[in-house]
Amino acid sequence: MNTPRITDSCMRDGSHPMRHRFSPAEVAAIAHALDEAGVPVIEVSHGDGLGGSSLQYGFSATSEMDLIEVAHATCKRAQIAVLLIPGVGTKHELREAAKRGASIVRIATQCTEADVSQQHFGLAKDLGLEAVGFLMMAHMRPPTVVAEQALLMQGYGADAVYVVDSAGAMLPSDVVAYVRALKGALRVEVGFHAHNNLGLAIGNSVAAIEAGAEQIDGCLRGLGAGSGNAPTELLSAMLDKLNLPSGLDTFKLCDAAEYVLAPMMPFQPIPNRDAIAIGYAGVYSTFLLHAKRAGEKFGLDSREILVELGRRKAMAGQEDWILDVAQDLARAKCGPAV
Amino acid sequence: MSLDSINVAILGTGNIGSDLMFKLLRQPGNLRLALFAGIDAKSEGLARARTLGVTVSDSGIDAILEAKDIHIVFDATSAKAHIHNAPRLSAAERIAIDLTPAACGPYVVPSANLRTCLNEPNVNLITCGGQATIPLVHAISQVTSIAYAEIVSTVASVSAGPGTRQNIDEFTHTTARGLEQIGGARLAKAIIILNPAVPPIFMRNTIYAIVPEEFDERALTRAILDRVTEIQAYVPGYRLKGAPVFDQADTPHGRRRTVTMLLEVAGAGDYLPPYAGNLDIMTASACRVAQVFAEKLIADSQ
Repeated sequence: MNTPRITDSCMRDGSHPMRHRFSPAEVAAIAHALDEAGVPVIEVSHGDGLGGSSLQYGFSATSEMDLIEVAHATCKRAQIAVLLIPGVGTKHELREAAKRGASIVRIATQCTEADVSQQHFGLAKDLGLEAVGFLMMAHMRPPTVVAEQALLMQGYGADAVYVVDSAGAMLPSDVVAYVRALKGALRVEVGFHAHNNLGLAIGNSVAAIEAGAEQIDGCLRGLGAGSGNAPTELLSAMLDKLNLPSGLDTFKLCDAAEYVLAPMMPFQPIPNRDAIAIGYAGVYSTFLLHAKRAGEKFGLDSREILVELGRRKAMAGQEDWILDVAQDLARAKCGPAV
Repeated sequence: MSLDSINVAILGTGNIGSDLMFKLLRQPGNLRLALFAGIDAKSEGLARARTLGVTVSDSGIDAILEAKDIHIVFDATSAKAHIHNAPRLSAAERIAIDLTPAACGPYVVPSANLRTCLNEPNVNLITCGGQATIPLVHAISQVTSIAYAEIVSTVASVSAGPGTRQNIDEFTHTTARGLEQIGGARLAKAIIILNPAVPPIFMRNTIYAIVPEEFDERALTRAILDRVTEIQAYVPGYRLKGAPVFDQADTPHGRRRTVTMLLEVAGAGDYLPPYAGNLDIMTASACRVAQVFAEKLIADSQ
């Protein structure tokens, strides 16, 4: 077993529960604490990646480029990563992020659509960035299909490819199958990104490490979409218990989670009834707050909305379908709108 | 000489070219498909056209330039090819309707600015997402100002060809510029999502617009519904899902009023299946543009 590289994403995936309102001072404090605790990679972006600030996903209170610059200026050792979802963000934003100090880009596509990312991998390599592929909603296709898509990304120049359990719908045995399929197909590193909707983020991450994953994502205090992600401080504790020397300071991370990040958080993501429905129905974790809002507006149970989105096979980023589903459900209940 | 129909040619024998051919054969109106030209003698598209009795050529644009009676040319090749074709077509006084992302000529949207483009030698169809959403943004901007418009186009994975996939950034840039220049939004953003569900989903579009505090809701709704009817005349599968939703959102300029519209576009199923509304709205819009150009050519000839 190898020690995986840990990437903390609480300032990217955690941007969702924060409603994209991280301030420069908050980012500086969190980045400093993570850097001090030995976290090697820190991801900072709008929750939906570069260029995600929008009506569809929510506007950023502070420009993500400014936050990237603050994080970069704060860290002595850690590298700054950004997320880019082709179709949402473009090469234009990637160039700007690199100028502001990002040295790693994680290029995310639906698990079946890797071929939309070729031009972005090309630019990342031209800019001298480390380029990581991020195959979202991986649970929706079998491991062999996801491995084929990972191979495309490797061909475009990816330095690593992640299996992303965006819905937190996988069981540990699934994670092992996906990681092994990618390991068998690729010569570059394999990563895993968990969500905790079924309470398995840490267990799935350990399964991924045991299956040979070389990169694992965590979020300090579990701060991420849906019921959050694998808490970085817990990942660090797991690595200690597995006798894998990670260079992370578990107690410093616990302190950072408790005393630095927790006071900033509007709520602690947990596997509550909506989040469990997300994992159960296999829908995108960021739908959580959007579905809650639509439920309130239309007098519906948000769980009904989430389950119906799963039935319609909504993919990553399809927040606009929530309004559509809510309208349809409301209409079915009350008859046609007047 | 007075004309009663206008000869047109299709350049490019892929999905778009083939769908255009079926549309022109089914509902020619004032257009007569005189030539279907590609550059690969063995292409499926050419073979299909031949069996339908259409005159075909594998000499590409040269064949079109030789046929002096062709007045309008649909270019369904690629941006790279169109950049070479555009000056040659223009020098030979052929009207070019460009379905590639090259955009050598001005953007055209049938229900928004077509009448102002009729003296142009070359017009560009923007993108599928643009053809689906710009008309409604334009309709809103006739009633009230739009500080910001945003659209999300979701298309079935199987209906997005290699051109779209390799140029996804160009889709978002071009659509956003179209929303600003033709739609009338001060600032715009476009997002595209490919959905791989089986069976494939119909093309879906969501339009968001930030509008002023005060505006006439009923007039706005009426303008939107009227425009939908106008579009349905050339894209029968175009449909507004539910009524426009009036809401509020937190924006960089404080809490502002928004209008949200959900659209579905089913294709006519001419060549591509009905889920491919994204391709249908491009070819249907191109036919509509050609028909209006043809009306003018016919009128000028009399």
